[in-house]
Amino acid sequence: MQYLISVIHDDSTLATPDEMAAIDVFNDRLQAAGHWVFAGGLAGPDSATVIDNRGAEPLFTDGPFLESKEHLIGFWIIEAPDLDVALTLAAEGSKHCNRKVEVRPFR
Amino acid sequence: MNVVDARQAVTRAHREEWARVVAALTRRFGDLDIAEEAAAEAFATAVERWPDDGVPPNPGAWLTTTASRRAIDRIRRENRRDDKQREAQLCYDSPPEPLGAIDDERLRLIFTCCHPALAMPTRVALTLRMVGGLTVAEIARAFLVQETAMGQRITRAKAKIKAARIPYRVPSAADLPGRVSGVLAVLFLVFNEGYLTTGPDTDPVRQDLTAEAIRLTRLVRDLLPGDGEVAGLLALMLLTEARRAARVSAGGELVTLAEQDRGAWDAALIAEGHRLVRERLAAGTAPGRYQILAAINAVHTCVRDVRDTDWSQVVALYDQLVRLDPSPVVALNRAIAVAELDGPEVALAAVDRLEPDLAGYRAYHATRADLLRRLGRSQESRAAYDSAIVLAGNTAETAYLTRRRDQLG
Repeated sequence: MQYLISVIHDDSTLATPDEMAAIDVFNDRLQAAGHWVFAGGLAGPDSATVIDNRGAEPLFTDGPFLESKEHLIGFWIIEAPDLDVALTLAAEGSKHCNRKVEVRPFR
Repeated sequence: MNVVDARQAVTRAHREEWARVVAALTRRFGDLDIAEEAAAEAFATAVERWPDDGVPPNPGAWLTTTASRRAIDRIRRENRRDDKQREAQLCYDSPPEPLGAIDDERLRLIFTCCHPALAMPTRVALTLRMVGGLTVAEIARAFLVQETAMGQRITRAKAKIKAARIPYRVPSAADLPGRVSGVLAVLFLVFNEGYLTTGPDTDPVRQDLTAEAIRLTRLVRDLLPGDGEVAGLLALMLLTEARRAARVSAGGELVTLAEQDRGAWDAALIAEGHRLVRERLAAGTAPGRYQILAAINAVHTCVRDVRDTDWSQVVALYDQLVRLDPSPVVALNRAIAVAELDGPEVALAAVDRLEPDLAGYRAYHATRADLLRRLGRSQESRAAYDSAIVLAGNTAETAYLTRRRDQLG
């Protein structure tokens, strides 16, 4: 079973070197324990472009699809047998990256 | 067989076997929704069949077998529609469990329903439905929400449990204390809502809710007999429930502990509560909050006359509780005991310090009103009664506060 752990960011500061180092430690642990699927950090929401090609012509719009105080700044995709394991890993992830996270199962 | 006897047998089986049937089916089919529906169908079948066929020698086994057949029928029906997904679901087997000591299906069910990933009102509703066997309509009535809204809440919870794969198991030993306290919080909330029912048009005491909370806590106690806080919560509920008959007057007004007719207390419940408190004292381990609250209630219920109450013991227990839980509500209750030991003036000073935290809390204003009244400060007391009455709460309490206010000279 795979879960998406979204990292929620609520200000404009980037991860500090200490936080980056802690994230690396956590990533190594995920890989060693076989939970690792994929992870990544994102540039800020100002760099986003929204595309809508449901009509005749693709429509490109500057900015994120949703303006909000909190936004997605990174994520992990993990493999875990159930939500209890996923929640334990997410709690560790939150501690390491020093941000709030959200856990959501893949279908 | 007599129809009335058969009905009674179904009612008894429902009380005793519902949780076991739902739990066994959830274990077998890995799906709460299927388990709940099939269990309900099995009980409906019992209502139809038992008057003619007689009550089976082992009602629980009959119900589980009947429910399992219904569940398999449903899965076969849906398999034709949605083969792959169902197959995956039937194959899903929960991982091996690290904890072997406690092995009752019902306990898994309770922990799943009280999972921390579910919102508190959802945990309460799900526990009453799946473990308590209350209907959605009964739960909706108890919490003053529309039946459709309550139905949706339970449906969403079942969907989340399935989609996010909330496990169906007793938590590992490391997680157990935290998870047990989550279960006890749910049971305590059900009890309190029954004991001091909120809302303007409801009965002041909902005995169905207090009885259900006690029944479920007894069940948890049977399953976790060594847990001090489980024993503490059960004792607390019993010692509180014991005073129910004396707590509301014939005129529908709340009667305070000091004014209650102690002869109307339930001696059997008090004896059982005291036994549990003694058991915990003998265990010699540091008590948690439910055990301390139970001990406080034991002090109150061990004297026949309120004037004999050992208030220094009560305050000492509150001191112990404050160390565990430094919340303003605990401080308020401690101040009420302090008023008896050191006088209303000392207590009022302590209560007034809580104003920033408790300005919206009815008991804060009611306590201030009472202390000011005892100090002869009638005008301030009246204003405090007014503040308490304005805040929504229990109907019997409102009646009591209103009379007190109107009696001020």
